Amino acid sequence: MTKILVDGVEVDVPGDFTLLQACEQAGAEIPRFCYHERLSIAGNCRMCLVEVKGGPPKPQASCAMSVKDLRPGPNGAPPEVLTKSPMVKKAREGVMEFLLINHPLDCPICDQGGECDLQDQALVFGVDSSRFHENKRAVEDKYIGVLVKTEMNRCIHCTRCVRFTAEVAGTGDMGAIGRGEDMEITTYLESAMTSELQGNVADLCPVGALLPKPQSFRGRPWEYQKTETIDVMDALGSAIRVDSRGREVMRILPRINDLVNEEWISDKTRQIVDGLKTQRLDRPYIRENGRLRPASWQEALAAVAAKTKATSASRIGALVGDLAGVEETFALKLLAEQLGTPNLDCRQEGAKLDPKFGRASYLFNATVAGIEQAGAALIIGANPRKEAPVLNARLRKRWLRGDFKISLVGERADLTYDYDYLGAGPESLLQFIRSAKPTEKLLIIVGQGALARDDGEAALTLAAQAAQRLGGLGDGWNGFSVLHTAAARVGALDLGFTPGAGGLDARAMAKAGALDLIFNLGADEIAIEPGAFVVYIGTHGDRGAHRADVILPGAAYTEKSGLYVNTEGRVQRAFRVVFPPGEAREDWAVLRALSGALGAPLPFDSLAALRRLLVESHPHFAELDEIALGDHAQVVALANHPAVAMKDSFAPAIQNFFFTNPIARASAVMAECSALAQGRLAQAAE
Amino acid sequence: MSVRRLAEKQTESFEFTPENKAWLEKQIAKYPDGRQASMVVPALWQAQKQHDNWLSQAAIEKVADALGMAKIRVLEIATFYSMFNLEPVGKYFIQLCGTTPCLLAGSDDLIAVLHRRVGPQRRVTDDGLFSWLEVECLGACCNAPMVQINDDYYEDLTAENFEKLLDNLAAGRPVKIGSQIGRVSSEPVGKLTSLTSLYGDGAK
Repeated sequence: MTKILVDGVEVDVPGDFTLLQACEQAGAEIPRFCYHERLSIAGNCRMCLVEVKGGPPKPQASCAMSVKDLRPGPNGAPPEVLTKSPMVKKAREGVMEFLLINHPLDCPICDQGGECDLQDQALVFGVDSSRFHENKRAVEDKYIGVLVKTEMNRCIHCTRCVRFTAEVAGTGDMGAIGRGEDMEITTYLESAMTSELQGNVADLCPVGALLPKPQSFRGRPWEYQKTETIDVMDALGSAIRVDSRGREVMRILPRINDLVNEEWISDKTRQIVDGLKTQRLDRPYIRENGRLRPASWQEALAAVAAKTKATSASRIGALVGDLAGVEETFALKLLAEQLGTPNLDCRQEGAKLDPKFGRASYLFNATVAGIEQAGAALIIGANPRKEAPVLNARLRKRWLRGDFKISLVGERADLTYDYDYLGAGPESLLQFIRSAKPTEKLLIIVGQGALARDDGEAALTLAAQAAQRLGGLGDGWNGFSVLHTAAARVGALDLGFTPGAGGLDARAMAKAGALDLIFNLGADEIAIEPGAFVVYIGTHGDRGAHRADVILPGAAYTEKSGLYVNTEGRVQRAFRVVFPPGEAREDWAVLRALSGALGAPLPFDSLAALRRLLVESHPHFAELDEIALGDHAQVVALANHPAVAMKDSFAPAIQNFFFTNPIARASAVMAECSALAQGRLAQAAE
Repeated sequence: MSVRRLAEKQTESFEFTPENKAWLEKQIAKYPDGRQASMVVPALWQAQKQHDNWLSQAAIEKVADALGMAKIRVLEIATFYSMFNLEPVGKYFIQLCGTTPCLLAGSDDLIAVLHRRVGPQRRVTDDGLFSWLEVECLGACCNAPMVQINDDYYEDLTAENFEKLLDNLAAGRPVKIGSQIGRVSSEPVGKLTSLTSLYGDGAK
């Protein structure tokens, strides 16, 4: 620790702290554009200039100078930093004047207005008038993809976007060509960015040069109602802020949560906004003569009740989809228990995960933040880049730090980091387990691609063996980590929403003639064969709705409050942003009404009562945002579970990153992204 | 300095010659694993030498592939340094220094010669022999004014001897590299004053 005086305030900070960090520690505010905590230091905007004593006698960029670079005074007095001296004031005004030389004064028509770093800092640190009479530089706007709009006249060359794509995203899409006055930020020959995290460059941009394209000219930040909630596009449970105006969701932005998403979100999380408005089920429907017709709630519920009463319990099934919250899953489970059916399942793609092996058998035990402590990684049947792009950025972050060997079994893919390719299927994995040397803190990531197959249990067992033999289980470290793709999955497994004694699993339920009545709570990734009467409770006119006999319109994740458990087992609370459209209602209320129509109301009348009931039977749902270390014994028991693996290669769990759920499939922006990505694939195959 | 962008008319493809490929492999091997990107300037330089002294898009992409770099990273380098020509140049590519010492010593006369004989900057003559570009200081101020033609410096130029130099180059006659008025290096033009003897190659 080094002592340093900041404006006369003495602080004790680590020697490798930058002056900027030390100043912040001392409570002094330093303006900046290029500096960003999660990116490398560039030191090119010069806005963070400070005066130092014990260093060069000129204004110093505080982001690029570390505390240990300063000399103490002659009598050992600590070095001094001044952030409010006349020299600093003059330096900042000078830098601001330079930055504004070529910056257009188009704030009134700029979407960044109101949340613009340059605007704010010009107000606080700039001068009141311009001394510049020459023409401003003109820069052509660049095409860099469908998600980010460019307005390059406004660019101040902070290079945050360049550093983000090179370091965090790992695709190296953006760069600065030319030099001096002719420097321009662009992608290679204006090709579209390829990262699944590209939307973040618009957040990073301190001015209005890079803006989210789908939200162009839609509104001003001060008009929005801001709701902090949780994302459900993947199983990571990223912290998001949803901005709404009136009844409309306007945009989705990341929130900082260092334990989960740092401050990034994937493009799917950010830009499915238009999917929340299209293809919505806003009233109940009943199928008559092969066609769905709009109906009233009474009619629809009566139709379901009549069918339920005419069906024996063993011929009824219940499915839970990928986006359901814990509350409605629990309500559906209560309903199923009341009806007396053992046919429950939440694993619509057929993953062989089962609560009977214990909670550690289906969680990402290493935790997302724990990835940074890992010593090596073994990825089994997963493509983290597509299944959880933000988690993949964490893996890359660890890999960049060095001394981190990554091995992969499954399909080859560009994961933005180097890895040893072991092979495609269980055999290569088995060979690796037998031959590899144990490493400290091995991280084993098991994807749904390895689990969603008939021998999924064997893959799970092999992964557990890898954890047991190769250093996945250690003191304070459980590296056995299942990477889920569905936000609802862990919560539903926690609730035990799996087949009871003699019950059918999702695939068996979907077979023709297996069941007569299926309650489908938003399971759209499974094709239910003809025969059964399907009651679909969901939000979008997607696969599930097309197959339904009765549609009961539910609420999308932005329209209901609910609990979600992410892949590490972290219970997080999502909040309602807007109300569901039309006659649609929150899913728990739909299920409560349905039970009423059946003549046996479920024992809750409000979400609070339902939560109380939930916490009584499953106390861990009350522990918000906490995770316990996974139980080693459960992983060891799993390793000893007898199962035989087949030879087939692990297939990827996600075919198209942009179309993994009904909301995304309804989004025109996602369709555009998908078309671009498919085009790239086709080009690469040529 | 002019805006540096890729040429509008590009060549179809680029392939290193077998000798250059071998050279590249040998050089790449000198760098530690994962640090091959440090090779980018020599690799681009070699590609430019092989490709009539200019870099095409295909050449830039080839270098990116060879060094495992993102294409934009190589493009950044190629558009940054003026030593990389992004469009075709003449067989004799003249870089004329127009910075203060050369300007004072008469580089304007040389520019007039070039305008008359070659035409405007960045245009290759119809016979493909010459093209020229005004550049910043080339560091031979003692022998101003001067130009660099391909790899060599030609110094102490006047409109007359520069014209003669160009005539000789065009006709394929041998030319003298360095000072055109008989200076050995940057010694005084008249007689040796303070340092009274030449040394090194100049003394021979």
